[in-house]
Amino acid sequence: MTVPALELRGIVKRFGPVQALRGADFTLRAGEVHALLGENGAGKSTLMHVAYGLLRPDAGTIVVRGRTVMPRSPRDARRLGIGMVHQHFTSVPALTVAENIALTAGWGLSPRALRERVLALTSRVGLPLDPDARADTLPVAAKQRLEIVKALAADATILLLDEPTAVLAPSEADEVIRVIRGFATEGGSAVLITHKLDEALRAADRVTALRAGRVTLTGVAAEQTPESLARAMIGSDPPSRRGPARRAVTEQPVLVRCEMLDLSREDGRGIAIRGASLAIGAGEIVGVAAVEGNGQRELLRAVGGLVRPLRGRLDVSGPVAFIPEDRTSEGLIGELALTDNVVLGLGRTAPWVHSALIDWNAARQRTAAIIREFGIRTPGPDTPAGVLSGGNQQKVVIARALELLPRVIVAENPTRGLDVLAAADVWDRLAAAAVAGAAVLVHATDLDELLDRVDRTLVVAQGIVTPAPDGAGKTEVGAMMLGARGSLPA
Amino acid sequence: MKGSGLLTGAAALGIGLIVLAAGLWAAGFDAPAALAALWRGAFGSWYAFTSGTLVRSVPLIIIGLGIAVAFRANALNIGAEGQFYAGAIAATWAGLHLGGVPSVIAIPAVWLAAAAAGTMWIALPVWLRVRFGVLEVISTLLLNFVAESLVSWMVQGPLQEAKRIYPQSDPIAETARLPLVPGTRLHLGLLVGLGLALALWFVFRRTVWGFELLATGTGPRAASVSGRIRVGRVIAFALLWSGAFAGLAGGIEVGGVSYALFQNLSPGYGFTAIAVALLARLRPLAIVATGILFGALESGAGAMQRDAGIPAVAVFVVEGVIILVLLLVEATVRRARTTVALPDPPPEAA
Repeated sequence: MTVPALELRGIVKRFGPVQALRGADFTLRAGEVHALLGENGAGKSTLMHVAYGLLRPDAGTIVVRGRTVMPRSPRDARRLGIGMVHQHFTSVPALTVAENIALTAGWGLSPRALRERVLALTSRVGLPLDPDARADTLPVAAKQRLEIVKALAADATILLLDEPTAVLAPSEADEVIRVIRGFATEGGSAVLITHKLDEALRAADRVTALRAGRVTLTGVAAEQTPESLARAMIGSDPPSRRGPARRAVTEQPVLVRCEMLDLSREDGRGIAIRGASLAIGAGEIVGVAAVEGNGQRELLRAVGGLVRPLRGRLDVSGPVAFIPEDRTSEGLIGELALTDNVVLGLGRTAPWVHSALIDWNAARQRTAAIIREFGIRTPGPDTPAGVLSGGNQQKVVIARALELLPRVIVAENPTRGLDVLAAADVWDRLAAAAVAGAAVLVHATDLDELLDRVDRTLVVAQGIVTPAPDGAGKTEVGAMMLGARGSLPA
Repeated sequence: MKGSGLLTGAAALGIGLIVLAAGLWAAGFDAPAALAALWRGAFGSWYAFTSGTLVRSVPLIIIGLGIAVAFRANALNIGAEGQFYAGAIAATWAGLHLGGVPSVIAIPAVWLAAAAAGTMWIALPVWLRVRFGVLEVISTLLLNFVAESLVSWMVQGPLQEAKRIYPQSDPIAETARLPLVPGTRLHLGLLVGLGLALALWFVFRRTVWGFELLATGTGPRAASVSGRIRVGRVIAFALLWSGAFAGLAGGIEVGGVSYALFQNLSPGYGFTAIAVALLARLRPLAIVATGILFGALESGAGAMQRDAGIPAVAVFVVEGVIILVLLLVEATVRRARTTVALPDPPPEAA
């Protein structure tokens, strides 16, 4: 057998009291695509950041093509032929595609030569990009392509990709997978971090699963099933994807109704949603499927009462609970205690407010009760929200929203960054609220998850809202997300 | 936590004094004599404490409380000096026209005029901030210079004394002046400062408005998305109140200390009060303490200049070092905290 491209042996990494990696072993063979699976916080990104020189391990060895090394920085790693595609976009917004590529690859070329080289590269790897477009004007899928092209431009032979398909529509994700496979066919080696099990099975030659900083499974992808992978990741059988059965949807009375609704884009440049009409009844969970930046954010924020419509009619029965996507900046105030955050969410109508005075004892007791009811892991109601883990923060956000006894719940990506069990819990809570008579409008980037849990789906593509046909599957909805009009005439 | 804060404060003061002494010694001054003069001027006698330290602490406390209101909402009012002068001008004008009016009416009338003038002086920056997003740090700061020029014009023009010789106003009516503690120059303004501190302590601690200030200051996005707080309004009101406090301080300075308007009425109270408020971490009762501390330094600096021939500005070294040390301690504590503020350990570690 040939020398492995990359070997990580016994990697240990701790952050303060948290042990992120507890002696993880990982081998990337030459010419293979290797899927790295794990729940959030399992240590996937940490392990790859160690290989890329972003983090120094507390113990362990790194071997690149048979040579023991210790990259101290991404620059060291790039010199060893390692490239990384990060989970977050790392391009300079004000520079063009070509300039961003030149910046990463260290090309000092004239604009024309640069342009040609970029065009040659993008057509060779099969990821079309306009070299003159400014990075901040690119659609999400193109931004993701740019990240991959940047890594390839630096002549990497080992590519570490951190959830490169997380924000993409199914067919766009397929394109990325195809490029990664092509890279491997030409002799490159790739690590694909993902939490999508079917993607791992489809794209990878071998898989490794991490749980709580330890490797729980390594093997040939073809010998695995989604169930075996889930067990390795979670440590137990996965929760039912559909959740508990709900009683029949009532759809009466209608709690959200909009007609010929036009909405401005959030940045004020133009129209985000054009002529949207929809109605949501009590007890319904309606999903919104869309690729980022197509207007779904504005639609949800309008229904949630955060922005006023430009034109058209929008009637929403109160109280409305809005669950923002970004829980750390829009959901919670990290510096403030959990009690304060609960007080923030309920405002002046809360039971602990008496003629503009706040009864902090009552608020603290209610917060303590919420912590018990939702099983939030925290020392207590006086703990700053910022020190909680993502899953527990999201529980606080959801609990606070439900505390309003809302008739309408609007949720933006409520399971973002949560592990399978925490995500299932969030969906169960929303379902319970619907059973209690609330109308729920929810967007999620993970299409599998969304389609499993909603009663019906609306697709938002380029500002047009179209209902997906009953029983439409992932492929059909995915095609509609990219602009195909579905069952209705355009 | 409270005890450790006090300890850090005392340590910072100590380090500040040591740095001052070292600087004076290096510059060839008699450092022990200077520090002795500083002490005498601040706490050396009942008269020094009341008429020096406490009198100077009154404007620092009142302005500092207003700064705390604004800074709590993360609205940075750097223009207290100008608002103080606006209040002083209005108070002088009112005081000159209140001859024969009994004190129970005249004194509140002067306060009201001063607070209103301070509010009006910050109204333009508030409007610019809310309407156009102009940073209040810059607009309030720039209006300080305008206010100083306005005072300069007033005392040579409309409000100049009757003989038209000196650049100052006539003294205000006797009935508009604040009563003094017998045998000292300490005036009623100290009670106003203490009363406002107590009131603000209650507002911050118990009221919805106090919480809205805090939420706006610490998480403006979250406050706004919650749909419960109109962030722009909260910031506007915080700034307007902040201006009212500074204006009132100007009125109390005229009514209790100077009895007349002149240039350089304030030795930079509006700026020192920012340090007073920050040092107290914007806590109203602590502002009383830090206000008295800085009042003592200002008063002691005067004595140091008189008795030891050392420029009073040398005391800025102490003030500066105190602030630096406390910022350093805070940054260190924060860093220590954030390293722990990571995700929960995975289930197996628990």
